[in-house]
Amino acid sequence: MREVAVIAYAQTPMTRDAGAQNEVELIMQVVHQALDEVKLNQTDIDFTCSGSCDYLQGVTFAFVDGLNAVSSVPPINESHVEMDAAWALYESWLKIQMEEADVALVYGFGKSSPGELRSIMTLQLDPYYLAPLWPDSVSLAALQAKAMIDNKMITEESMAKVVKRSRKNAKSNPNSQLSGDFSIGDLLSEPIFVSPLRKHDCSPITDGASAIILATKEKALSLCRNPAFITSIDHRVETAQFGYRNLTSSPSIQKSSEVINLSDYSIDAAELHAPFSHQELLLIKELQLNEEVSINKSGGVLAGNIMMSAGLDRIGSMFNLIKSGKVRTGLAHATSGPCLQQNMLIIMESKNE
Amino acid sequence: MSDKEILKADFELGFTYTRSTGPVIGHFLTELQKCKIYGIKGSDGKVIVPPAEYDPVTGETLKEFIEVSDIGKVKTWVWVNQPLEKHPIQAPFAWALIQLEGADTNFLHAVKVKKEKIMKNNMKVKASWALPPKGNITDIKYFEPI
Repeated sequence: MREVAVIAYAQTPMTRDAGAQNEVELIMQVVHQALDEVKLNQTDIDFTCSGSCDYLQGVTFAFVDGLNAVSSVPPINESHVEMDAAWALYESWLKIQMEEADVALVYGFGKSSPGELRSIMTLQLDPYYLAPLWPDSVSLAALQAKAMIDNKMITEESMAKVVKRSRKNAKSNPNSQLSGDFSIGDLLSEPIFVSPLRKHDCSPITDGASAIILATKEKALSLCRNPAFITSIDHRVETAQFGYRNLTSSPSIQKSSEVINLSDYSIDAAELHAPFSHQELLLIKELQLNEEVSINKSGGVLAGNIMMSAGLDRIGSMFNLIKSGKVRTGLAHATSGPCLQQNMLIIMESKNE
Repeated sequence: MSDKEILKADFELGFTYTRSTGPVIGHFLTELQKCKIYGIKGSDGKVIVPPAEYDPVTGETLKEFIEVSDIGKVKTWVWVNQPLEKHPIQAPFAWALIQLEGADTNFLHAVKVKKEKIMKNNMKVKASWALPPKGNITDIKYFEPI
């Protein structure tokens, strides 16, 4: 295996509505910021990979337009995943393992403001059994939260605690969309949105983009003072049918934890991709994270959720913590689907003495 | 230019091909046209409804269809106070995971009741059919308590 590290990360401010800025303009900011951070040009990049969802723009092959944000002449080696950009990072990591690239650029983008995000995400569900009924993402997540409450795994109060910590941590994240100090009482006095979820239990609707640069060990150490090495990485998918599985557990997370030998690491911090407050509690349980692990220092996705880039942002947020020396060994998690159907786990480490 | 001079034509955005749903999903949808619900036997012998082409755990190809009831029990539910435009019921309703009699897995569908208070775990519900059925999951309009 080749040693691969994250060497640069950039993210736009997470906003409810980016207004007239189009996707290309959002991507261009972060691609240039990431390249400038390590003093590289697009010609130094061996492989470029993006993650996005064409349904958000409502046009097939809309992602191709995103390439206007990078210089694609002379022709570049490029790919795209119709998934969160965390999976574009996985593809790039594979390209580097295959020795087809030494340096890779990964970007993700999502402009969710123009449509009704809850309904648009329904189009990603099974087209025969589920999508024709139009179950929306908030309702499906609410079903999972309700099942966890019925099983006495969580309470509305424990969900509010997740929101309180997210907004508090987000105060030190300049890009966050939602931050501040809230009391549990204030949060619980908010009206129910889709029972048992209140609006603050759901990640906000966000416009934005982000980019990461990956490099082999040799390049990483010459370009970045404290790169975050990807020590272990794994991703798994569960059944697409919500009724086939127990929504209060995650077999894919359990399996991935085993594959990456999670219990062998002393994890300082975790960045968890939990678009709904109860999912953070489910992830902590399935990952068996103890109270010493600092969770979502960035505020997590409840403080800002760039659709199709929020998973990559977890990896980027962990890179920021490692690069600044605040964390030595961290866990980043990315997900896809309203009930955590698909998951990726990454162990990231500093190699500085 | 007056309105009369402007040429107009209907335009429907759509795909100019049809796609087969295959022997498993196709069987389920065909039986829905007879107001019957079929599941399939999984690797562990449990009945999966709606039928899966491959076992969700072992990945084994599944073939043995089993008819199940259109009556079942609500296992988990959530209340939607403000239905979205595309939702199957345009009044407050519940989404529910329903275990049909004869099935070992849950089936996601809408439950029509007037008030949230009526909804309970393990309550009995029955499918209400859209007639004539067309071979689509929406042939079941929703479930209602019995």
